Amino acid sequence: MRTFDDDDTNHLFILERAGFGALIEALSDAEYEVIAPTIRDGAIIYDAIISEVDLPSGWADDQQAGRYKLKRRNDEALFGYAVGPHSWKKYLHPPEQLLWRAKKKEGGFDIHAAPIDTRKRAFLGVRACEIAAIEIQDRVFLRGPHIDEAYRARRENTLIIAVNCGDPAATCFCVSMSTGPAVRSGYDIAITEIISEDRHHFVIDAAGDAGRTVLKHLPLRPAGKKGLQAAEAVTAHAQQQMKRSLDTDGLQALLQNNADHPQWDNVASRCLSCTNCTAVCPTCFCTTVEDHTDLSGENAERVQHWDSCFSGSFSELGGAPVRRSTKSRYRQWMTHKLSTWIDQFGTSGCVGCGRCIAWCPAGIDITEEAAAIRKGANS
Amino acid sequence: MKQGHHQTHDSIPAIATVKTKRWEIEGVAIIDVKLSTNQRAWAQSKPGQFAMLYGFGVGEIPISFSTLPSAEGRVSFTIRRTGAVSAALTRIKCGGVIGMRGPFGNGWPIEQLAGRDVVIIAGGLGVAPLRPVIDYLAFGRSDANRATLFYGAREPAAILYTKDIERWRNAGVDVHTTVDTASHDWRGNVGVVTSLLSGVPLDSENTVALICGPEIMMRYAAEALKDAGVSDEDVWLSLERNMKCAIGFCGHCQFGPAFICKDGPAFAYDQIRSNLFVREL
Repeated sequence: MRTFDDDDTNHLFILERAGFGALIEALSDAEYEVIAPTIRDGAIIYDAIISEVDLPSGWADDQQAGRYKLKRRNDEALFGYAVGPHSWKKYLHPPEQLLWRAKKKEGGFDIHAAPIDTRKRAFLGVRACEIAAIEIQDRVFLRGPHIDEAYRARRENTLIIAVNCGDPAATCFCVSMSTGPAVRSGYDIAITEIISEDRHHFVIDAAGDAGRTVLKHLPLRPAGKKGLQAAEAVTAHAQQQMKRSLDTDGLQALLQNNADHPQWDNVASRCLSCTNCTAVCPTCFCTTVEDHTDLSGENAERVQHWDSCFSGSFSELGGAPVRRSTKSRYRQWMTHKLSTWIDQFGTSGCVGCGRCIAWCPAGIDITEEAAAIRKGANS
Repeated sequence: MKQGHHQTHDSIPAIATVKTKRWEIEGVAIIDVKLSTNQRAWAQSKPGQFAMLYGFGVGEIPISFSTLPSAEGRVSFTIRRTGAVSAALTRIKCGGVIGMRGPFGNGWPIEQLAGRDVVIIAGGLGVAPLRPVIDYLAFGRSDANRATLFYGAREPAAILYTKDIERWRNAGVDVHTTVDTASHDWRGNVGVVTSLLSGVPLDSENTVALICGPEIMMRYAAEALKDAGVSDEDVWLSLERNMKCAIGFCGHCQFGPAFICKDGPAFAYDQIRSNLFVREL
């Protein structure tokens, strides 16, 4: 158990519910576009918001394998749900992106790189597993021999306002992946929402200078040790509530050594190769490009899109698909996520957010599939 | 990040002008191009590396250097016309312009060839990525002990680089060719390329092998060398998959834990052997 001296709480403040709107105003005043959870089409998604009324007040989610449904809470919590179908990747690594344009000229053509998006954005309501996912994509796009400059610009212009989880969904397993439920690093401001019978307030953790600047004019008061303890109780409760788990012990070698396990045929009989899991996964980064010309044939462009390893033409050799069967595609996806990702980037590609479980139309559960591979596996 | 920054240069093609084009064999063209800019960076390219070649408005494909970029930015590529992009690239006339990104990949382990017997095994168009390394062994400042080329093609008319083969022979490279099928007037070898291996004595301890061709041929060749006592660490294979970015971002070229674009395309057999036997990996 950690012990805390008085200095440990210097960065912690109390913000009453009535003052929360001022946080969003402060972000707007500081010229951030505020992106936050909001409700659309019966799900909690991430989009630009204007004020606190856009937040999903008093909503929770019921998530199971192949199932996602919003339901009312018996309080007015602003962050009383887990993650929905969107992740922050749609802003940092957008689904569609112009890379460059080319224009024909006498004797050839010129290529002009697309301008980079340098808008300042504040992500409000980033969960611990989502910070882990962002840090995983940082390794892909920023830590290798090549740098994705567009990603870097978007990342550097993003302010992260995290929210500690109090009520995990039944699909969550971040404890197994050591990514949550408590936010530990990688944020500018972290918020813990605390609701009791007679009071609704937030414990605000201002970790860095960017966060502190935004918080300067808010009606805050020191949280003290009591505030810290109240905030820790929220995530401790979340941790206790989490029922799903994934045994990661030896998983890296286990999956790579069991490419012929009969469970791959079993899961292939259920998998529709629909690509939902890769679309909702906050770490899946694969893309393809399309080259177009306009009708004149004088102007061309290259556009990058998200792609999925469940697509038939994803891996080709000599113009023919390599992974012809659903079995080989599911195996590629899960083995990459839980095993070869570690070889490539020094971390698992899974953060335990459970999106792939909830949004799989066949209800395929990555934790169950990994457990089934473990049964009767080659060592 | 300040305003006005643009995408990483790794994803923006350089412009190159086609200087010569000839059909080496039916359906396979050799284009010789000259880069307009940044010749110095390209001149650092190594044998076995590749470039992404862009046909205007059509798309981009990975093509290995078949001669390395010179200090003046001259470089050649051997392209088989198969899909839309290769058709566009081989349709271009002299003076036409293409886009070109690179150099990408690790290339052959040139630094490990000194003092060794170098065995090169090529199948079909797989001879193209090997051509700069054979040139290096034949005409460059190589300290390799000796060089042997085993080259298999589908039929006599599909043998590439016939003039180069003569130059390589004259420079002391031991060249053996074979074809899968031939008419009765063919006086050379017939059979798969691995069948040539048994006819030539190998100093297995001192051999380094470089292999490029269809995956199944590379697997048989690597296993034959293994049986002959050559260490898996000394057998190098150049793998191929479709690629979109060539810099480890798009994910398409994954082969188990490896990204072929940045970890390869050349891999020592011990790194990839088990995965080469997994179907649909």
